[in-house]
This record gives sequence, C-alpha cells and structure tokens, in this order.
Amino acid sequence: MSIWDFVVAYGPRIADGTLVTIAQFLLATLVAIAVALVMGLGKLSGNWLIRTPAVVYIEIFRGTSLLVQLYWIFFVLPLFGITLDKFTAGFLSVGLNIGAYGAELVRGAIQSVPKGQWEAAYALSMSPAKRMRRIILPQALAIMLPPWGNLLIELLKGTALVSLIAVADLMFQARQINASTFLSAQAFGIALLVYYVLARFLVTPFMRWLERVVARRLGRA
Amino acid sequence: MRFDWNWAFTFEILPRLLAATLNTLAAAGIGYVIAIFLGLALALAQRTPWGMLTFVVREFVEFIRSTPLVLQIFFVFYVGPQFGIRLSPWTAGMIAIGLHYSAYLSEVYRAGIDSVPKGQWEACRAINMSTRDTYLRIVIPQALPPSIAGLGNYLVGIFKDTPMLSVIGVAELMHTANAIGAEHYRFLEPLTMVGVIFLAISLPAAGLVRLFEGWMRRKMGM
Repeated sequence: MSIWDFVVAYGPRIADGTLVTIAQFLLATLVAIAVALVMGLGKLSGNWLIRTPAVVYIEIFRGTSLLVQLYWIFFVLPLFGITLDKFTAGFLSVGLNIGAYGAELVRGAIQSVPKGQWEAAYALSMSPAKRMRRIILPQALAIMLPPWGNLLIELLKGTALVSLIAVADLMFQARQINASTFLSAQAFGIALLVYYVLARFLVTPFMRWLERVVARRLGRA
Repeated sequence: MRFDWNWAFTFEILPRLLAATLNTLAAAGIGYVIAIFLGLALALAQRTPWGMLTFVVREFVEFIRSTPLVLQIFFVFYVGPQFGIRLSPWTAGMIAIGLHYSAYLSEVYRAGIDSVPKGQWEACRAINMSTRDTYLRIVIPQALPPSIAGLGNYLVGIFKDTPMLSVIGVAELMHTANAIGAEHYRFLEPLTMVGVIFLAISLPAAGLVRLFEGWMRRKMGM
C-alpha cells in the first residue's frame, strides 16, 4: 500500500481524531488557565488558609505523573461517587495537571512586576482587587506569555494520553489503524507529523501573535 | 458511596509495588544516562561549521520536542518489526525515552554553552588552543554549572514520564498497579499508592536538586 493510498483510506479517521485532539486541547487549555490563575494567586495570598491548599495542590499535581492522575480521576474518582465520562475526564486531567505548572508561571510573573507599580497603585489608593486587575495582571500577562507558549505545547502533547482511557483522539485513531493494518510507520508517522504541525504551525505562531498584541496594548511594541 | 480503603490489601500489594518502583527507577536512570550523552552530542552537532548538519539536527530536536512521548514510544516499538527489527519493550522504551529527553537536554546544554562569555572563546583562540581542548578544558566546564538546574529538573521529569512505558508492557510501577487492579478488581489502593510513591520520590528529589544547585553555585564562587 503506497503512502497515498494509505492517506486516502485512513485520512478521514485521522481527521476525526485530529478534531477530537483539538477539542481536548482547547477545553484543557481553558481548565489550565482557570486553575493556574486561582492557584497562582492563591499561593501568593497572605492568608494561610488560602495559601496552604494552593501549595498542596501544586505540589501534588507537579509531583506525580499526568498518566497517574488521568487513571486516578477516571478509575478511582467514581468510587467517591464522582463519575466522569471519558471525554470530560480526559481534558479535565490534562487541564488540572498543566494548570499546576501554569500556577507557578502566574506566581512568578506577578512577583516580577516591578515594585514601583505596586507602590504607585497603592499611592492612588486603588483597592487590592482593582490593583491586581488593572495594574499587576496585565503586566504579568506580558511577562508570562512566552513560557505559556512552551506550556501549551506540553499540554498538546499531554492530550495524547487521553487515548489510553479510550477517548477517540488522534493517538487513539493511529493505534486503531496500526492494530488493523500493521502499517505502523505510516499510522504513527502521520500522527507524529500532525502533532508536529499543530504545535509548530498553529500553537506557536498563535502565541507569538498574542505576545505582540499584548505588547502593543501595553504600549511596548 | 463505595469508598472503602482496605489497609490489609494495601500492605499485601505494597511489596509488589515497591519492587516495580525499582524498575521505574532503573528505567528513569538508564533513560537519563542515554539522554545525558546523546543530548550533549545533539548540542555540539548544532555548533559545527556544517550548515546542513546544524539544520537537520535543529529540526530533529524541534520535532522530538513538539510531539508526544507516548506516540514516540509506540512508534519505536511497532515500526521496528515492520522492517524486521524486533525490539523488546525495555529496549524500545529506553530508546524512545532516551531520545525524547536528549532533545530537551540538548537545549539545556545549548543555553549553557551560549552563556560562556565570548572572551573565553577568543582567549582560547589567542593561545592557539585546539577546538577539542577549547571545548573539553574551557567551555564545557564553564557551561555545566549553569546547566545543573535544568539537568536536574529533567531528571525528575524523566522519572515522572516513565509510567508511559507501561503502554508497551514495560513492567514498571504503573503497569504493575494496573495488573494488580485487574487481578483483584480493586483500583483504589494500587492507583492511589502509585501516586503516593511518586510524590514520596519526586518531592525530595526536586528538593535535592535545588540543594545541589545552591552548593554548586557556591562552589563555583557565584
């Protein structure tokens, strides 16, 4: 079977898988951003009742593997009465895991906003919430966008693991095609290429564009 | 609610899990040793005067870094037999994970080498040092200390990525936990214990890396 015949025969399934991968990626990104903001701000809180849970969360999710968390959420959480379907369990695990890494980026970026900005906002008698929202977070965003670009690549790669709980993503389709045709080089090779194209020609350029937009909005372009 | 933690069962399966932990540590260790040397080779290959080699290695590193490790593991394991090369799960797993992390480590080395001041290179040239001596005696010894943090983080990283080897049947911790779960129809204890074991190893390891980094900095007078 030539590579062209292979693409004609299995292209639609690979396309279906790619769509599921993109859906998982987008949903997991939303979860990761929400978790990163809450836990990153939580870790900076002066109140230990807020800080401790955030630190524990970050250490647990960064200290164990994504695969362990995925299996735990899918197989063990139902024992506590929380049953998630595989699609939800998939993007939720990936988002919760990457969110813990993102929380450290949020914390680091907020802490590296120059001290004068905090003092100036204080001098204008802005409330802490307003200071964070109007002054600190926009500048922190510009600082943390480049590392978020790398993190989103990690997230995209992480979504490949959801195939192990039978979510029909790109990786899952590649394995199915491999199992029925034994054309491993073609099946896995094309899947590798698709992931590469998604990472290199969609995610990375989008993040670069976002960096430029944020720089312009802050008057730094 | 069917939550009933069984301590007797936990202690019954603990020896098996701990034995599998040794396999996990061995996999991480072997993979890391491959990555340390291959990563250095990939970093140095990008500094050769041959533009073609630099370009190919650069693209290769980018490719490895932006595709999922689990897919690479499948690729190495299944593509070999198609061309008549049979690899055991362990061999395929070590090749895949070693290659994956060598791409990451090559970036760490590259940053380290770039951080060596230009004057050091010029001084080597001025005293007519050979390229080999320049690297071995001047550049690499200075490039290593700033790389220690990155190298250490990836050691913890490779350890946390070893569960992916379970997909091709390497009998590491995750694989063993799944096997126990399937035998006893109980996933609560084995999967939770896997998480606990991972935490118990990776948190102190991350702490040790930080301590070592600080010690190294002081020792180098930074």
